[in-house]
Amino acid sequence: MSDKLAPDPRLLVRERGLAGYLEDFRRRITGGELGSIPVIIGMIIIAVVFESQTGTFLSPRNISNISVYIAGPGIMAVGIVLVLLLGEIDLSVGSMAGLSAAVWAVLSVSHGVNDLLAIVLAILAGAAVGTLHGFFFAKIGVPAFVVTLAGFLGWSGLQIWVMGDEGTINIPRDSLVRDFNNFYFSDISAAYGLAAVLSLGYLGALLFQERRRERATLPTRPLSEIILRAGLVAVAAFVTAYTLNQHRGLPLALVIFLAILLAADFMIRRTTYGRQIFAVGGNAEAARRAGINVERVRLTVFTLASALAALGGLFYAAQAGGASKSLGSGNLLMNVIAAAVIGGTSLFGGRGWIWSALLGTLVIQSITTGLNLMGMASEIQYMITGAVLLVAVVLDSISRRTQRTAGRT
Amino acid sequence: MTAAPVLALHGVSKRFGAVQALTDVDLEIRPGRVTALVGDNGAGKSTLIKTIAGVHPIDAGSISWKGREVRISKPHDAQELGIATVYQDLALCDNLDVVANLFLGRELRTAHILDQVAMEREARELLETLSIRIPSVRIPVASLSGGQRQVVAIARALVGSPEVVILDEPTAALGVEQTAQVLDLVERLRDRGLGVVLISHNVADVRAVADDVAVLRLGRNNGVFPAAETSGEEIIAAITGATDNAVTRRSLRRDHQGSEAEPEPEPEQNTDAEGAGEEA
Repeated sequence: MSDKLAPDPRLLVRERGLAGYLEDFRRRITGGELGSIPVIIGMIIIAVVFESQTGTFLSPRNISNISVYIAGPGIMAVGIVLVLLLGEIDLSVGSMAGLSAAVWAVLSVSHGVNDLLAIVLAILAGAAVGTLHGFFFAKIGVPAFVVTLAGFLGWSGLQIWVMGDEGTINIPRDSLVRDFNNFYFSDISAAYGLAAVLSLGYLGALLFQERRRERATLPTRPLSEIILRAGLVAVAAFVTAYTLNQHRGLPLALVIFLAILLAADFMIRRTTYGRQIFAVGGNAEAARRAGINVERVRLTVFTLASALAALGGLFYAAQAGGASKSLGSGNLLMNVIAAAVIGGTSLFGGRGWIWSALLGTLVIQSITTGLNLMGMASEIQYMITGAVLLVAVVLDSISRRTQRTAGRT
Repeated sequence: MTAAPVLALHGVSKRFGAVQALTDVDLEIRPGRVTALVGDNGAGKSTLIKTIAGVHPIDAGSISWKGREVRISKPHDAQELGIATVYQDLALCDNLDVVANLFLGRELRTAHILDQVAMEREARELLETLSIRIPSVRIPVASLSGGQRQVVAIARALVGSPEVVILDEPTAALGVEQTAQVLDLVERLRDRGLGVVLISHNVADVRAVADDVAVLRLGRNNGVFPAAETSGEEIIAAITGATDNAVTRRSLRRDHQGSEAEPEPEPEQNTDAEGAGEEA
């Protein structure tokens, strides 16, 4: 028995350097691992089409608006990504968003509760609702689809009841919720500073990881790949920062959204809990036998999803100018689920990443904003968004099938 | 001849409703030996290993671990003792990579943060000491072949440093080359001093790697044979019950051994048994 492993002759080893990188990339695509390629191509098409049609789509003002609009649905989509990773669905996030806005508005505006406290209570209400969903799903065994469908109806009913006689409650001038839509760090150093922190932080994290791997004598990525990755992130960050500074600066909404994305990404990729989510989504029985408390994972993911929906709802209310009886009842739910899927998180569980919430929401919001700029009626918007969702799901299904034939389920 | 049994079952019985699945079964697992557990469908093999693994608590009888009587009432008890079970369906998460599967439920971490580097290093070391060859430890398990998945599942059972490993039909769905790989691995486990329980339908596999062959028939012991001195036909005869008295025959042979040096082919070799042997 030799001590050293001879490489398997059937094994395809990536060559070092750029050629090997491209070859590996090609193999992934043909193997059905599309990742975020479709969404990036989609973004380019969207940008080109709308810019040529309107001439203002890529203006700093419009880009800045989009960056604010994506925060609400985007935060909700983060929760949906978590639920989808379990292989489940939460249909109640739209009504939860509306309910949360109603709870905050009634507490803060009608009852004079401290603004920040009202925000916290609205999010806690979301967490409680999610725990209830999780209880029925994980402990009782009712399919999540049915539980959250009941929630979808029930919570919008509660939303109308909470609003009571008030049709709408406008956001007061001094409220923090107003800042979710209106506050910009207008100093240009804010946007550039954040871009620099993000780029350097990413580069530093990559280098730190490679150094640890090197010390543990594990295979490392070539330096060229690290620089390429960090460079792409830096370019995207600084172009965005520059564009935002052309308008009103760095929106608070975007900062909070990015913070949630970073935290959630760290949670699912670097913590035991995140690993457990993937395991339950991949093979719940295997997870159970490995000693993972499957019920607890399921319950807490639904809690998180509803809490994030509640927070997202406040941002959504901020854009709408206030809470109302019908807030969140339109196409918000479908947009949020579509965003998660378009961004590359599978509907079938166990595969996906947090950043699909950002990418998918960007696509959906760009389409909505672009069509608005073109003066399209909302019925056309519904149909186009529906078609985009269908394309995303078709891509997901095909990619899944290709991966199965290529042996990479 | 060998060390004392690390795990011993005495008079174990298990009943499911109207079915008496196990009656008065004895089994001894010794360190550094492969004990094959064979029997027809419904003979009680799976029930027996599930009692050891803690899935089904026993109704009667006793289980002793290193001479001390223990109760195994849930899977966790078995794991605590150092009994690892690789089920037939492997229980791997296809979407996770090899490292994640090896350490599933036992992740190395500081606080709640995963130590990916340490896990990958230990995974490589483990796979290397077992001479397991897989394309990469960072690819999803779904992209591995059946044999590779099987060895990953077995390697995973070793992460907790168990002393007894139970393998449920590890070669059932594998081709020739992959079966050979798995059997090699079984021998390596034995050479590391583990007690291995191998459940199999394949008499050739059993004879290739097992030291002892324990036969179950209709929920009862039907003899324990030394694999090296027992023909496939004899094992099959005991499995199918072609000879009702395999145990008696064995003691008969032992008497022979006392008088003559060579046990040699049984003079009263049963024709039914040979017929069954060809079938297999």
